[in-house]
Amino acid sequence: MDIYLPIAGLSVNIVVIILLGGAVGMLSGMFGVGGGFLTTPLLIFYGIPPTVAAASASTQVTGASVSGVFAHMRRGGVDFHMGAVLVVGGLLGTLFGAVLFELLETWGQADTVINILYTLLLGGIGGLMAKDAWQSVSAKRSGKPVAASKRRHHPLVASLPGRWRFYRSGLYISPLAPLILGFLTGILTMLLGVGGGFIMVPAMLYILGMSANVVVGTSLFQILFVTMSSTMVHSLTTRAVDIVLAIFLLIGSVTGAQIGARLAQRMRPDYLRLLLAAIVLIVALRMALGLGWQPDEIYTVQFL
Amino acid sequence: MIARLLLILALLLPLPAMAQSASEPKLVPDVSQRNINIQSRFTGAELLLFGAIIYPRGVAPSGQIDVAVVLRGPTRPIIVREKQKVAGIWVNADSIDFRSAPAYYAIASSRPIEKIVDARTAAIYELGLKRLQLSPTGEIETREVRRFTNGLVDLNQRDGLFAEAPGEVDITDQVLYRARLTLPSSVPEGKYIAETLLIRDGRVIMADDSVVVEISKTGFERFVTIMAQDYGLLYGAFAVLISLFLGWFAGYVFNRL
Repeated sequence: MDIYLPIAGLSVNIVVIILLGGAVGMLSGMFGVGGGFLTTPLLIFYGIPPTVAAASASTQVTGASVSGVFAHMRRGGVDFHMGAVLVVGGLLGTLFGAVLFELLETWGQADTVINILYTLLLGGIGGLMAKDAWQSVSAKRSGKPVAASKRRHHPLVASLPGRWRFYRSGLYISPLAPLILGFLTGILTMLLGVGGGFIMVPAMLYILGMSANVVVGTSLFQILFVTMSSTMVHSLTTRAVDIVLAIFLLIGSVTGAQIGARLAQRMRPDYLRLLLAAIVLIVALRMALGLGWQPDEIYTVQFL
Repeated sequence: MIARLLLILALLLPLPAMAQSASEPKLVPDVSQRNINIQSRFTGAELLLFGAIIYPRGVAPSGQIDVAVVLRGPTRPIIVREKQKVAGIWVNADSIDFRSAPAYYAIASSRPIEKIVDARTAAIYELGLKRLQLSPTGEIETREVRRFTNGLVDLNQRDGLFAEAPGEVDITDQVLYRARLTLPSSVPEGKYIAETLLIRDGRVIMADDSVVVEISKTGFERFVTIMAQDYGLLYGAFAVLISLFLGWFAGYVFNRL
């Protein structure tokens, strides 16, 4: 079953796209991440032009995070106050990201910068997650609990001026910290087509020191708004959102997300985290190979 | 005034035609499809370029006749970038601007081009991927232009946008010829010109580029493209709404299950 994608300008196999969306959706349901970090590279690997892949992936992440946000809202797992600050930062970030994207395109280094960002972010975060998950898995095996971290949030966060109270997160910190965090993930959303959940969640836990029970819900809340904004910005600047591609990805991913959420309830959370860490590290490794060993293509064409 | 112009034209025009029809054969080329519509089920197309060679007094001369057909897509300006290893990582280091690169180029010939025409004629008619004239801008060494052209040709050949098919033109009784060319699904829209060349003794004796194939998106595909290009705000809002709806709907359905 082939279908022509009007914006990407080529035909693809629908089944492949739906399965791809489904697999990514399952991961997002299991781990509470948008899954854009997998969709974009996989689409590019399949032959979709990179800009179209990033733009359409952000549309897909919107859909994948909606039901998650509702589920977390029902059990009070969203800190709206914190979420709002993150969203404002995120919206500014997507706008800044759009300008940055244009600059990189004219400079001709967009794909290199995107690859480097992917490698560093995924490598770093995958490594952290793996270490963390491994420690708790082996701690459970040996029966010794992991010593709780002494400090709540990063000393840099404490040094920022002006403090707000974020009740649900259990924090009394400067709003600048989440604003900056939101801004940075907004840029990533625009450049990489990712929701930024895989960066947001650890950053909320380890840098801001938010209570664990609102981290995933608030991160999804922010992802929802930021990917919506990045779809809009892409529609107005790069004009690369392929609605046909996005719809088929969505059909797969919203279904996959529901299955993933059910699967997650049956799996041990530590092993789940270890699995996610492994996937993230594999993607990082694949990107690193493209950068350091052999790129897919030596020559690339840009239309004027 | 007009009458005099017409008279001059009438005197001038038949001359080359008459000279040709007296000694040289004529070409009657055609194509299987003059309009290719890109719709949702479009997975590429196959074009049959065929035609007849009409000889003066209806007698085919002795000696071998060769035919080459070239299908050329619209040209556009492009930048070709080349990755090089800088400080351990591959980055786009060098680039060339080409003013007129064809979006599609396919050539089929009855025998390999090198065997039927000399290098000069092949270069003049741009016969073969090695002889594409892409008009690089700025002062660039020939060797460098060669390197980038080869890179582009290799990339497009693997995508099916450039093709070379020596020996793929069938000639029947020195009169009828036909060649099959394939277009991948990623062909851009535009006017494609089919050129047919009749070659004898290393010389192009007849060239015809009157056959035009129009490739365009139609229906829903055309609508989506126009919306995305001209109504970005509406298009983006629709994309957002549909993703919100599908996400919500899946959650709703699964909660009922």
